[in-house]
Amino acid sequence: MPELSRIALPERPRLAAGVRLHFDRARQAWVLLCPERIIEAEGPANEILRRCDGSRTVGQIVDELAVIYAAERTEIEADVTDMLADLAAKRLLTA
Amino acid sequence: MTVPLPFGLLAELTHRCPLACPYCSNPLDLDGASHELDTATWARVFGEAAALGILQVHLSGGEPAARRDLVEVTQAANRAGLYTNLITSTIGIDAARLERLRQVGLDHVQVSIQDSLADSADTIAGYKGAHARKLDFARAVVGAGMALTMNAVVHRANIDRLPEIVEAAAALGAGRVEVAHVQYHGWALHNRAALMPTREQVDNAMATIEHIRGRYDGRLVIDLVVPDYYARRPKPCLGGWGRRSLNVTPAGRVLPCHAAETIPGLEFWSVRDHSLADIWAHSPAFKAFRGTHWMREPCRSCDRRDIDFGGCRCQALAIAGDAAATDPACDLSPHHALLLDLAEQASSGAMRYDYRGGRRGVAPPIPAR
Repeated sequence: MPELSRIALPERPRLAAGVRLHFDRARQAWVLLCPERIIEAEGPANEILRRCDGSRTVGQIVDELAVIYAAERTEIEADVTDMLADLAAKRLLTA
Repeated sequence: MTVPLPFGLLAELTHRCPLACPYCSNPLDLDGASHELDTATWARVFGEAAALGILQVHLSGGEPAARRDLVEVTQAANRAGLYTNLITSTIGIDAARLERLRQVGLDHVQVSIQDSLADSADTIAGYKGAHARKLDFARAVVGAGMALTMNAVVHRANIDRLPEIVEAAAALGAGRVEVAHVQYHGWALHNRAALMPTREQVDNAMATIEHIRGRYDGRLVIDLVVPDYYARRPKPCLGGWGRRSLNVTPAGRVLPCHAAETIPGLEFWSVRDHSLADIWAHSPAFKAFRGTHWMREPCRSCDRRDIDFGGCRCQALAIAGDAAATDPACDLSPHHALLLDLAEQASSGAMRYDYRGGRRGVAPPIPAR
């Protein structure tokens, strides 16, 4: 596992080519479809992923999540950047 | 037992292929072109697959581009709502055809790479010029903004150049490289003595990759696993028999894995006669080894029985002579020592290939240390 702190985050993250958010009707759940991989994408993960559209900055995504979950911004920020760094390390995000 | 919903479908659109790789996973008896499912039947199967819970379809072969209707088949999978992955040798797809595939929604392309040296790669594929064409195609895929995985199939002749192969994948702009050790079924089992790497080669290659992995952080994902013959615990074959995925052959037979037809006595159903849901839930081949009911000791009482599901049934048959035995890759199997002996013996075998299709040839030289 790469060290997440070494991964640079795109300024306005967008799902990479070959990666898409999909509603799995058979299981009634959101998933992220990726090359040779399927990742569960329910709850906060879903809220983050659906905002990775290349138009929002990481800061804006954090702001929006803080409103939805009525939580401390610093707490949300840590969760969002961890998740985005993990996705970037797996090459699932692009600038 | 409740039957789990599958996630993946390997669609073997054809067994035809211009390449002749000596480790091909296709069976020794290939389905002829006249027996292949037509476009409409594949479209029906994709619809049934999506309804059954399948999310990703892997369009494979043989060489899927050998089918004239590849674009239509891909479009049908996309329209059914499936994530489409094209596994191709690239022979038969020019820039115009790639663009049409992109337009109908192809999500991802996977290209295998036989070596970092063109001559050696072409000798392994049994096709002059294949390597250069693959590199050109891979660049075109990346240039079109599409996701690319390079699949590095490794064996005795090329495993010492694995770092160079990984570097080649990175230079092409691939997002992923999958290091696939040859699995000894079909043609690969037939050519095992020319393909099996030595233990030293495998240990060196694995250690080298761990050493250089950090260089590619955030740029190239490297997926690799220890090959079965030198492992201590078996892998859950495709996530467990009849648990996560299924395979449809060119003629329409539905298999739990691509080598399942090597197991005698299994009854496979066809999409020509049954719906995919019916086959998944009720066909005798899927029920035979689904879950743990069929297990014997040491699997039956093992605390890993729901983790690895006893490993690979086809390997159990090939090595232990019994498809219900513990996979000999497990060191708890009474046949584990035999597997190691076989691997060691095979790893000093003659470097001659029987190519898929019948030609014979000499393998590329192994680099000196």
